[in-house]
Amino acid sequence: MYKLFLRSLISALFMLGFSLNANAEFKVGFVYVGPTGDHGWTYQHHEGRNAVEALGIKTTYVESVPEGADAERVIRQLAQSGHDLIFTTSFGYMDPTNKVAKDFPNVKFEHATGYKREHSNVSTYSARFYEGRTLLGHMAGKMTKTNTIGYIASFPIPEVIRGINAMTLAAQKVNPDIKTKIVWVFTWYDPGKESEAAQALIDQGADIIMQHTDSTAPVQVAEKAGVWSFGQASDMQRFAPKSILTSIIDDWAPYYVERSIAARDGTWKQQDTWHGLKEGMVAMAPYNSAMGSDLVKEVEQLQKDLASGKVHSFTGPIYDQKGNILVAEGAVADDGMLAGMNVYVKGVEGDIPQ
Amino acid sequence: MIKIEKRNDVSRSIYFLTPILAIFLTLIGGGIIFYILGFSPIEALKFFFITPISDLYGLSELLVKATPLCLIAIGLSFCFKSNNWNIGAEGQLIFGGIVGGGVALLFYNHDGYYVLPIIILSGAVGGMLFAMIPAILKTYFNTNEILVSLMLVYVAKLLLDYLVVGPWSNPEGFNFPETRQFSESARMPILFDGLRIHAGIFITLITVFLSWLILYKTYLGFQIKVSGLSLKTAKYAGFKGKTMIIIVFMISGACAGLAGVGEITGPIGQLHRNISPDYGFTAIIVAFLGRLNPVGIIFASLVVALTYLGAETAQIFLQVPKYTGQVFQGMILFFLLGSDYLLFFKIKFLGLRKNEL
Repeated sequence: MYKLFLRSLISALFMLGFSLNANAEFKVGFVYVGPTGDHGWTYQHHEGRNAVEALGIKTTYVESVPEGADAERVIRQLAQSGHDLIFTTSFGYMDPTNKVAKDFPNVKFEHATGYKREHSNVSTYSARFYEGRTLLGHMAGKMTKTNTIGYIASFPIPEVIRGINAMTLAAQKVNPDIKTKIVWVFTWYDPGKESEAAQALIDQGADIIMQHTDSTAPVQVAEKAGVWSFGQASDMQRFAPKSILTSIIDDWAPYYVERSIAARDGTWKQQDTWHGLKEGMVAMAPYNSAMGSDLVKEVEQLQKDLASGKVHSFTGPIYDQKGNILVAEGAVADDGMLAGMNVYVKGVEGDIPQ
Repeated sequence: MIKIEKRNDVSRSIYFLTPILAIFLTLIGGGIIFYILGFSPIEALKFFFITPISDLYGLSELLVKATPLCLIAIGLSFCFKSNNWNIGAEGQLIFGGIVGGGVALLFYNHDGYYVLPIIILSGAVGGMLFAMIPAILKTYFNTNEILVSLMLVYVAKLLLDYLVVGPWSNPEGFNFPETRQFSESARMPILFDGLRIHAGIFITLITVFLSWLILYKTYLGFQIKVSGLSLKTAKYAGFKGKTMIIIVFMISGACAGLAGVGEITGPIGQLHRNISPDYGFTAIIVAFLGRLNPVGIIFASLVVALTYLGAETAQIFLQVPKYTGQVFQGMILFFLLGSDYLLFFKIKFLGLRKNEL
């Protein structure tokens, strides 16, 4: 009896939340994993939010939400306080997002970089960052003197391995002697660890430093050591003006605008989005003229071809480290293979940590 | 000329009232900060301290957040009362989580009422063993327990990183740094449908009661208090200092381990790299705000938990920067230490005497 009473009380409270929703204006909520001023991952999501706000849509954000027990409460509070569409912008929010989505069927949820869509009101989205890596590989292969590329990697998840492989394949195409050296730092953001890794790679002869981590430390180390580097997530050019050849930029704004309008107008549908250079979710910062106008032209052409689909980052023949064929000559890897990628291609040194 | 003198008679009632004064001063200080940031102070404080707990869900969340803080702080009070500075509760929490989580994974897809008690117990033992490292090093090798316990936090964090990235990572999880979700039998029972408050709160309440019993009704509690007041007296009275030091660290570690296992079997349900948002460090503030007293710690944990919830609500409704929550925690501690100083010392303003010129 008592339990029944409580249950009805709680559901009445939820219902109250819904009825308030129906009357209130359309609102979009954002949950960030870092501070808005991190100049990397969260900064770019915040830029996306600003673009939605510029449309006159009311938005709310909560920054630095830990990926532990707190995430569920924050997402639930946003849902309860009348937000109609909620973007949860880190992988660690996957289970909390799905859990809250179950209790709020009228609210739409968008989870970045995850793979679980347990309810019809949850969509997932991510970017084809590997297309940017292909461009980086082309530049790296042409610019290196030591034929050694240093790569600072975060976690051995498919997204990161895809980036390493795409870069290596593109570099091999212009320079068959290329070697990719990798340091795993097991963090997305730790300036101390990232700069140590950059230094270690430079000491091992790498004259190109690239990173799949979010701080500006590696490019700053590269600038000091006088080697080339590439920025990540946002345009990091001003942190290493001489060293940076370009940056891969995550541009979430077009997607956030599109989905917010769809949710407002009632045309929002569940989907799994994987956008790249074509749609503009992956963008390139201006190319450094230090690499010469010929190379800049080449890379710009390659960027156009990747966007139009004329060139694919993973075109066969592709071999794994042992020489087994992964993708046959003339074929391209399908999205399923890319999504679960867990082997290195030939030319990458070392093993994937398990 | 200003002179600072120790007070001889410190009023006991004022000693327990100063935390309330500190909270009051924090509210005023917070209001001023909100005003400077361009928010209406009354409205901001309302969103900070009242809105988060104005419904059942909010109250449940407050308890979910306060549970680990209270548990850890209770454990720390044993150490702090006896002049043992255990700063590494965060590491003990994580290690308890690792051991408890490991057992939970061992029992993956096992049903049975015995599963959860074994997990909880192993978490407590894990935290306890981890806390014994600084205790034994202190008693037998004369090392500094502050440094050792603090550095062990990083050891525990790195160990957890290694396990969730490597051997314990979810085989179906695309190498993401997390374990499987634990089975239902390994999860804390939820007390009410739709709320997250779980059976861990009973463990906390039992721990509070037991610690009150130990501190105020046993010989060990007496030893702890005397050692805290004067180590020399304790030695003179013939207390076995080494055993006591190890015991208080064990109690403290077990409490932190329980908090860790409560988090992973309660709201989180798996092991990953962020099982604790620094509860082990925040609990130090809770312990002192609660005057190292079991009942005081209950209230202190609720107040500090509220600063977390309030920071979230204030950001959602007013877009107040989230870090004001930490500013509030800092202010509470600052005002508490400030009023303590005035409680134990008095400041005398003396006129300048001729011979001093």
